[in-house]
Amino acid sequence: MAIRVCVVGCGAVGSLFAANLATLGDVEVWAYDLAREHVDATNRDGLRLTGAGEVLGRPRATADAAELPPCDFGIVATKAMHTEAAIAATAHAFAGGCVATVQNGIGNEEVLARHVERVIRGTTFPAGKITAPGVVQWDVKGDTTLGPFEDRPAPFSEVERLAEACTRAGMPTSAVHDARGPQWRKVIFNAATNPLGALTGLTHGRVCERPDLRRLATALVDEGKAVAGAQGITLDSDPEELIDYAARPEVAYDHKASMLQDVEARRQTEIDFLNGGIAGFGQRLGVPTPTHEAIWALVKGVEASW
Amino acid sequence: MNRVCVAGVGVIGSLFAAFLARVADVSALTRREDHARALNEEGIRVSGRGDFTSRVTAATTPGALPEPELVIVACKGGDVDPVAAQLAGHWPDAIVMTVQNGIGADEIVARHGDWPLLASVTFMSGTRHADTHVEYVLDTATWIGPARGTTPADARRVAALIESSGLKAEAFDDVRPAQWSKLVFNATVNTVAALTGLRHDPHFAALDDPRDLGHLVRALMDEGKAVARAAGVTLDEDPWEMNVLATQRGYRHAPSMLEDVWEKRPTEVDMITGSLVREARRLGVPVPLHETMYRLVKAKEASWRSESVSSAAAP
Repeated sequence: MAIRVCVVGCGAVGSLFAANLATLGDVEVWAYDLAREHVDATNRDGLRLTGAGEVLGRPRATADAAELPPCDFGIVATKAMHTEAAIAATAHAFAGGCVATVQNGIGNEEVLARHVERVIRGTTFPAGKITAPGVVQWDVKGDTTLGPFEDRPAPFSEVERLAEACTRAGMPTSAVHDARGPQWRKVIFNAATNPLGALTGLTHGRVCERPDLRRLATALVDEGKAVAGAQGITLDSDPEELIDYAARPEVAYDHKASMLQDVEARRQTEIDFLNGGIAGFGQRLGVPTPTHEAIWALVKGVEASW
Repeated sequence: MNRVCVAGVGVIGSLFAAFLARVADVSALTRREDHARALNEEGIRVSGRGDFTSRVTAATTPGALPEPELVIVACKGGDVDPVAAQLAGHWPDAIVMTVQNGIGADEIVARHGDWPLLASVTFMSGTRHADTHVEYVLDTATWIGPARGTTPADARRVAALIESSGLKAEAFDDVRPAQWSKLVFNATVNTVAALTGLRHDPHFAALDDPRDLGHLVRALMDEGKAVARAAGVTLDEDPWEMNVLATQRGYRHAPSMLEDVWEKRPTEVDMITGSLVREARRLGVPVPLHETMYRLVKAKEASWRSESVSSAAAP
């Protein structure tokens, strides 16, 4: 049975989903994004991925949410600070569908649940960057995990249906009943490494080869693990392993964390949903997170300096 | 005291040399040959809170300079060791005064000779426009106290000389409380400015929102105050109050460490935060936030070098 998917926020990660899913004959893909040039190029020339995979998909792109037809699934891939505006604009298309987030950080599901009935918690590891309108460089392949959001769950069969389509499209995705473990592993990984790159200007690999900074990352990981543990979340694997794996030359040694790219371009960062998210949960649960709070304050200070 | 040598002629050294040359014979020890030549030819021009030009005798080795009665070591903190090494064996009767940020500069000098030493902390500031031109910006005082082999009377004598030149100075029986107040203040404000890019502005005192920067500033100062307490020092001014007052004045000072970041120069973090962390470890006081700031600033310095760095920063 054919399904209709709308990718909400077609930046690098959103484009990976949109282009790959659009190659399937039984999936109709819409791409909603506010970047007019990217939308126009996608409609004119298709959405092209290069690098880790060579893909040309032809989703229907629009910057006008009113054009969106009713969809079976939404995949929200905006920067975390734009979730509210994006889902408020597009919620009508998901009145009968399920909406998944594949965004960074924690707290996105809660925002989606204020606007739609059935929410899917998600975490994705692939990464890339838009190199020109309609063209995305696919830097890193990786897995995606989806699961029902506890407060407003999508039916598990629907989670499986979306995961199956993504997997078949070349984006390996698993459906699990509790998706918090992978999500917290990733948010802890991101919060322990991205701001260190953003504050120092170092790539991931160079952050990790300085033993003093690597220990700082471990302090951030340990605080994050304590906050996850206090919620009864079992991490699916140790974020420390991911940090060391990513530091390998063939993986992401030279990768500038997205937060460093944001700082260099003087764009607002996702710090509120990474270190800020962990510190917020820590505060509510009574788990001290002094290092996350310090890093959060410093990056907010960087943003304020512009 | 009629003969003074200023070793290290940056902002602070230029101000001392130019002002003192109005009341004493001033020589200047520089690192660069062309800097010494320019000083010998043009002297030092002061603008801002002063408008005059002074003549000095400059060279890159102590042997080429007349023997002074007072040496003011005014180089950057990281250069105290090489400068003191250069002075070793020279001028055994001169009093040597250090003016660096942080604590412990006098102890570094002490390792290179038996000179009587004075410790000081300076609050004056300026902007260096050229090798031979310095703008005098903040006319706040230099506080001087005895260290190895000197007495409060020596401190008063040097303070009086500096006062007579037009700069502000004050002698103390113990200058450590002032040094520590400035250390805790600088270790916090300089590193926060260096990492955020913010000038010292009202963000540093903001406490309204949980993520406001004031919380971090206060937590860093609380760590520093705990180290001072453990060192047996009663601070003469509360660093947090200094911070609030300074940001209320609306001057938006760019701390020197922020200027260093702008210019991608090595910062003084080793002398400032480094000396605080070393004292904290010696005294067994935990300072995790200052260690974090130290590591981040050292890593930021490393990012300006293209090659990868395998050695860790270790205060």
